[in-house]
Amino acid sequence: MTVPVTSYLLVALILFCVGLYGALTKRNAVIVLLSIELMLNAVNLNLIAFAKFGLHPAITGQIFSLFTMTVAAAEVAVGIAVLIALYRNRETVNVDEMDTMKR
Amino acid sequence: MDTILHYAWLIPLFPLFAFIVLVSFGRQLRGGASSVGILAAALSCVLALVIGWQSYQGAASEKVLVEWMNIRDTVIRVGYEINSLNAMMLVIISVVSLLVQIYSKEYMRDDERVPVYYQYLSLFAFSMMALVLSPNLLQLYIFWELVGVCSFLLIGYHFSKPKAMLAAKKAFIVTRIGDVGLLIAIILLFWWTGSFEYSEIFKTVALGKMEPWMTTLTAVLIFVGAVGKSGQFPLHTWLPDAMEGPTPVSALIHAATMVAAGVYLVAATYPLFLDSQTALDIVAYTGGFTAIFAALIGLTQTDIKRVLAYSTISQLGYMMLALGVAGAIGYTAGVFHLFTHAFFKALLFLAAGSVIHAVHTQDLFQMGGLLKKMPVTGIAFLIGCLAIAGIPPFSGYWSKEEIISAVYSAQRADLLWIAVITVFLTSFYMFRLFFLTFTGKAVSQAISRAKDPSAVMRIPLLVLAVLAVLSGFLNMPFAPLLENWQLAGDVGESIHFAMPEAAELHAPWLSVVSVLVSLAGIVLAYLIYVKKAIAATWIARPLPWLYRLSNRAFYLDEIYRYGLAVPLRGIGMLLDLFDHYLIGGLVQLAVKLANGLGGLHARLQSGQMQTYGLIVLLGIVLLLIGITTQGGVSFGQ
Repeated sequence: MTVPVTSYLLVALILFCVGLYGALTKRNAVIVLLSIELMLNAVNLNLIAFAKFGLHPAITGQIFSLFTMTVAAAEVAVGIAVLIALYRNRETVNVDEMDTMKR
Repeated sequence: MDTILHYAWLIPLFPLFAFIVLVSFGRQLRGGASSVGILAAALSCVLALVIGWQSYQGAASEKVLVEWMNIRDTVIRVGYEINSLNAMMLVIISVVSLLVQIYSKEYMRDDERVPVYYQYLSLFAFSMMALVLSPNLLQLYIFWELVGVCSFLLIGYHFSKPKAMLAAKKAFIVTRIGDVGLLIAIILLFWWTGSFEYSEIFKTVALGKMEPWMTTLTAVLIFVGAVGKSGQFPLHTWLPDAMEGPTPVSALIHAATMVAAGVYLVAATYPLFLDSQTALDIVAYTGGFTAIFAALIGLTQTDIKRVLAYSTISQLGYMMLALGVAGAIGYTAGVFHLFTHAFFKALLFLAAGSVIHAVHTQDLFQMGGLLKKMPVTGIAFLIGCLAIAGIPPFSGYWSKEEIISAVYSAQRADLLWIAVITVFLTSFYMFRLFFLTFTGKAVSQAISRAKDPSAVMRIPLLVLAVLAVLSGFLNMPFAPLLENWQLAGDVGESIHFAMPEAAELHAPWLSVVSVLVSLAGIVLAYLIYVKKAIAATWIARPLPWLYRLSNRAFYLDEIYRYGLAVPLRGIGMLLDLFDHYLIGGLVQLAVKLANGLGGLHARLQSGQMQTYGLIVLLGIVLLLIGITTQGGVSFGQ
C-alpha cells in the first residue's frame, strides 16, 4: 500500500499550523517552546516526504532531518535553560511579561 | 630735513605700539601703564610738530602707496599721505591727546582699570591719526569706524553705570546712521570713478565725468557721515549724552578726535563739494542751524559738562557753516576754527574736569565761588570762555572773525544773522557757566575744601591756556599764515578754480559788531548771575514752556524716542510675534509631526514577541495571497 505524498504534506501542514497557533497564542513559555518543536518537526516531515517522493529522490533529505533533530535538541536544551534562569530571576514563565528589552 | 616727511607713518604707530604693549602687559604694568601711553603720545607729538613745521615751511605733500588688493584691473592701494590739512590735523590730535593723557594720569589715579583706560586712549589716538593720514576713502572708512568703536569704549568706560552704558550705545548707534551715508557715498564714488583715491576722484569730478546730480548726491552722503560724527543737527543727540565718559575723554572727543573727524572729512573731500552748490548750501544751512540750535539749548543746561557739550555742537556748526559758504576764506575759516577750537575746548573740558574732580558734582547750582579756591583752574576756564566767546586777542576771536567775514563775503544775509546771534548766545551761556561756577558764594562744604589740582593736572591746563591765547595769531586778517599754508596745496587750486571771482570783502565794522555783540552777552550774564540785577527767571517765568523747550533740548530725544524708537520697537515686536508664532509654529508643527509619527511607531514596538510573530505571519499570508493571485513570481530570474 502506498501512501500518496499529499497525505504526508497534509499531516505536516496540520502539525505546522497547530505549532504556529500554539507559538502565537499560548501564555506559558514552555508550551510556546513545545509548539516551536512541533513546527520544526512538521518541517522534518516535509523533508523526508520530498526525499522519497520528490523530483530527485535522494537520501539527503533524511540525513538533513537527522541534523535538524540534533540541532533542535540542543536548541531546546538552551531554551529550557534560559527559561529556568528567567524563572529564577523574575518568577514568571509568562511570555507576556517577558518584555524587558522594550522597557 | 625734507626727508622727515618720509617718517610720517610713524606718528600713528607709536600709540598703536603703546596699545599693543598695554593689551599684552597692562595688568603687570599697573601704574606704569600711564607712562607707556604718555611716552608714545609724546613721541608722536614731537614727530607731528616737526612734520607740521616742515609742511608749514612749504614742504611738498608726500604720498606713499602700496598695493593691497588686485581685483581684475582695479588695484586697491593703501598708504599714507601728508598734505597741509592733515599735517595740521596731526598736530592738533597729537598735542591734545598728549595733554589729555598727562592730565588723566592724575585724574584717573584712583581708578582700578587705568591700563584699560590708556589702552583705549592710545587706540583712539592711533585711529584718529591713521584716519587723517589715509590717502583714500576706503582706508579712511576703516579708521572712521575704529574711531567710532573707541569712542564707544571710552564713553562706556564706567560700564557699571547704566547711564554710561546707554550713552555709549547711543553714541555708537547714532553715529552709525551717519556712517551708512558715508559708506553709500564711498560705494557710489567707486562705482562712478573706479577708485577710492582722493586725487583720482577729484580728477574725475574736475573733468566733469560725473553727472552733476551724482556729485551732489555723493557730497551730501559724505556730509551725512560728517553729520553723524561731528554731532550736527539732527544727529547731534549722542554728543551731550557722551558726557557720561570720564571728563578727559570728553576733552579728547570734543577737541581732537571723533567730532573733528567729521569736519576733517568735509575738508578733505572739499573739491567734491565745490562742484555742487546744492551740497555746499546743505552744509552751510545745517551748520548754521546747528550752531544756533545748540546754543539755544546750552542756555538752560544745568550740568557743567552738558553746557560744554552743546557749545561744542554749536562751534562745530560754525565750522560747517564756514565750509559751506565756501570760497578760499570759508575753507580756511572752517579749518582754522577747528584748529583753535581744539585747544580752547580741550582747555575748557580739562578745567571743568578739575572742578568736578575737586567738588564731585556736575551741577552748576551746587558750585560757586570757586575762583578763590582754585585760581589756576578759574583763570584757565576764563581764558577758554573768552576764547570761545570771541573776545580779542584770544584765539576764538580770530577764527570766528574769519567765519563771519566769510559768511559776509559770500553775501548770505540769513546766515550772517544766525552767526551773529549765535555769537551773542555763546558768550552769554559760557559766561553764565563761568559766573555760576567761579563767582558768588560757596554753596556747599565740598567747595570750601576745594583746591587747585596737583601739577600733573595743572601743566596741561597751562599749556592749553597758552595755546588758547596764542593759536589765533596764526591767522590774522593782516597776516594769514594759516591760509597761505592750507591753500598752498591742491585744495587751494581747486577752490580758486571753482570760484575765481569770490573775493574777500573786508568789513572792519563787522568785527567791531561781533565783539560788541559778544560783550553784550557777557554783560547780560554778569547782570543776571553776578549782580542779580535781572532775575534769572525773567524769561522762564512768563514763558515756562520756552524754558522747558530749551532745557529739554527741544524734546528731540523724546521725539526720536516716540517718533522712531518706539514705533520701530513696535514693528520689531510685531515681527517677533510673527517669528515666534508663525515661523516658530511651523517649525513646532514639523517637530510635533515627527514626534507623533515616532510615537505611533513606538506603540508597535510592544515587546510582545507573540504579536511580532502574528504580524510576520500576516505578512507572509498577504505575500502568498499576492503571489498566487498575480500568478506567481519567477525567483532567480
